[in-house]
Amino acid sequence: MDRILLRVGIWLSALLFAIVAVAQAADFGFAAQMVIVAIAALAGLVFALRGADYSAIANGIAPGPADQSRYYDDVIRWGVIATVFWGMAGFLAGLYIALELAFPLLNFTEYLNFGRLRPLHTSAVIFAFGGNALLCTSFYVVQRTCRARLAFPGLARFVFWGYQLFIVLAATGYLLGITQGKEYAEPEWYVDLFLTVVWVSYLIVFVGTLAKRSEPHIYVANWFYLSFILTVALLHLVNNINIPVSLFGSQSYPLFGGVQGALVQWWYGHNAVGFFLTAGFLAMMYYFVPKQAERPIYSYRLSIVHFWSLIFLYIWAGPHHLLYTALPEWAQTLGMVFSIMLWMPSWGGMINGLMTLNGAWDKLRTDPIMRMFVWSLAFYGMSTFEGPMMSIRSVNALSHYTDWTIGHVHSGALGWNGMVTFGALYYLAPRLWGRTRMYSLRMVNWHFWLATLGIVFYASSMWVAGITQGLMWREYGADGYLVNSFVETVAALHPMFILRAFGGLLYLTGAGIMTYNIWQTIAGNLRVEQPLGGPAFDPEKDRPLVPAAVAAE
Amino acid sequence: MTSETQKSGDTKAAKPKGHARLERNITLLAVCAFAAVTVGGIVEIAPLFWIDNTIEKVEGMRPFTPLEQAGRDIYVREGCYTCHSQMIRPFRDEVERYGHYSLASESMYDHPFQWGSKRTGPDLARVGKRYSDEWHVQHLTDPRAVVPESIMPTYGFLATRDLKVGNMGATLTALSRVGVPYSKDHIAKADEDLVLQASADGNAADLSTRYPKSQVRDFDGNPARLTEMDALVAYLQVLGTLVDVGSVAAQEDLAKEKGR
Amino acid sequence: MIHPHSTYETLRQLADSWGLVLMTVSFLVLVLWPFRPGAKTRNDAAATMIFEDDDNG
Repeated sequence: MDRILLRVGIWLSALLFAIVAVAQAADFGFAAQMVIVAIAALAGLVFALRGADYSAIANGIAPGPADQSRYYDDVIRWGVIATVFWGMAGFLAGLYIALELAFPLLNFTEYLNFGRLRPLHTSAVIFAFGGNALLCTSFYVVQRTCRARLAFPGLARFVFWGYQLFIVLAATGYLLGITQGKEYAEPEWYVDLFLTVVWVSYLIVFVGTLAKRSEPHIYVANWFYLSFILTVALLHLVNNINIPVSLFGSQSYPLFGGVQGALVQWWYGHNAVGFFLTAGFLAMMYYFVPKQAERPIYSYRLSIVHFWSLIFLYIWAGPHHLLYTALPEWAQTLGMVFSIMLWMPSWGGMINGLMTLNGAWDKLRTDPIMRMFVWSLAFYGMSTFEGPMMSIRSVNALSHYTDWTIGHVHSGALGWNGMVTFGALYYLAPRLWGRTRMYSLRMVNWHFWLATLGIVFYASSMWVAGITQGLMWREYGADGYLVNSFVETVAALHPMFILRAFGGLLYLTGAGIMTYNIWQTIAGNLRVEQPLGGPAFDPEKDRPLVPAAVAAE
Repeated sequence: MTSETQKSGDTKAAKPKGHARLERNITLLAVCAFAAVTVGGIVEIAPLFWIDNTIEKVEGMRPFTPLEQAGRDIYVREGCYTCHSQMIRPFRDEVERYGHYSLASESMYDHPFQWGSKRTGPDLARVGKRYSDEWHVQHLTDPRAVVPESIMPTYGFLATRDLKVGNMGATLTALSRVGVPYSKDHIAKADEDLVLQASADGNAADLSTRYPKSQVRDFDGNPARLTEMDALVAYLQVLGTLVDVGSVAAQEDLAKEKGR
Repeated sequence: MIHPHSTYETLRQLADSWGLVLMTVSFLVLVLWPFRPGAKTRNDAAATMIFEDDDNG
């Protein structure tokens, strides 16, 4: 009874606060955002009231303790669905802005202008798609590797729904023009504060589960998850120290400006890649790859070295985003040197993952989910080679500010993060909903090839575009003048932009097939189909040919 | 399940040592991981707050006028930084195309910094006074009318939307809290200055006592209204015009910025 | 030698000489440490831990 009263009280005060904020709002955007908060609080209130077991309360029965012999998977199931949903939304936004660059007429309203949609795309794929994948897999993996039920299930539900609210607030904010103006850290101060609360709750649930583990050893995947949660908290807090103009307004100004602002931002930005998109996803790799391959990780010792060297080195690499800028030279050099050193732990991790298949390489032929994992590791290896290379000053002089960077990011994001997430989703869906297998493995195969082809189109067109751009900018004629005006370099990229959009379309189509496949799996359907791999076997034909005359006998 | 747990717990009966302890102790693991990720950040970021060339003011730098700041807020709101950089690198082609390479002190009052990371469009660090106001208004309203191959979105809606007046004092106060040196006088006159700068007959001498080198005129070609277009064009027209990079003092500062 | 950046210069020289040696040595020790023979059984046990009790309930 007390618990329900407490919950209702919290939701009611959140609702009241949101209504007051709407009334007091200094700008339209803030008012619109607070309406969303009010709706969320109302939904929370309704669910708190409806979810209560009133007959039990009336009869004075205290709710019994949760069954500790079962894993708590509700929030993970929601997370799988949210990952698929936000993935589709993020890929679609990406396709749209890719088309905007090829056909500028698509910028027909201020709300869908490239400048506002681009943060929506990046946040949707990184924080919504990637973030939900990390949330649900971390809750899954930490329970299985600790062999303990998730700690604080109520808090875990808050983490999930709070995170979705964060995404909705951030996304609608971008469309309304509410932004901090720092890449990958666009959400404004009040959204940042709310996310901090959600993130600390996430840490509590995760560490709480680790603390009640029945397994003495903490499995390596959990180290990566833990370092990801901790570091993202640190980065988020430091990079988002802002002074709001008004307590009921959306506008704020960051504490760090100029050079300091640039370095803090790219320390954040690069480690969002390093810890959100790398450490967290490596945690997924360290659990799902061995499980899918049904053999332990190639070298557990290598994973120890991998972990410590990766997290130590990554944090230094931020300044490679600022080479040749007004940042002091020594900081640029540190950034460059550590970026190049980062190549080693990155490839150590890749080798560790790939060699796990040693002796079971035939799975690549028969198991499209395994193929997805292996391919993601291959792309991880490729982009972690490309990254250090682009951090070398002379290469960066050409590549910086061009589409090469965009191509690099996407070979990592679509190849590594996307593929490993798809693999994990295909692993999780049948298990979480108690099905024997995915609805269709052949559709997984289609997804694999569409995604691969999409990445090939995307990355190659952006390499060509980036290098073309970089070379055209610096091209001098025999007369000693620059050959190209800026707009000529823009016009030259048009075909590449179309090819890139086509690659994005393929990738989106693949994800659409996945959505259907997971939908059917949840619905409990199994597609009747030929199993993958190996020559088809028909027992009817597996018999000696009997001469007709003998048969007649 | 319990028997298995005990079995794996007993594989090493002795108290775990070295890394094995880390693998069994969350607090220790968390503390060590946190320490490992903090070192790099501190070593790289902290010195920037006391190294001279990142905090020293260069001749000519001043905070933005209220109108320029309002324009800057629109620049940030519309996500211009997703396609335009404001950081010229010290290469021959960039210097010829965009002007003198950018100095650290030129963005010292930029909260947030807008150096950018991508040039889908050209760099804007020194775009001020390079084009006429009319060109900017027409280009923002319909980029392809001016540059046929341009892929920039259209921003005609800025010209029909009134600029928000009446809150500039709070804006400058917030900025002064993050370290931009706006005086009480600046803040008290913020709203007044906002309107003044965009007036066709504004008192330029008065404004330049508070903001040297400020440009006073109607920017959007519509003197009857103070629009968001006025503010954005005023911001674009001030970019890179404050510091005379050719002057002696500036050259001395440049010499100190080693390796650039 | 009195120089306004003397702290910076000192640190830079340290980083180029003994600091570098110290870092290299500690790096090698840390990398080789998990590969010492005594750690093998424990690591193998840790690696196979995820396959015990494959119940998804």
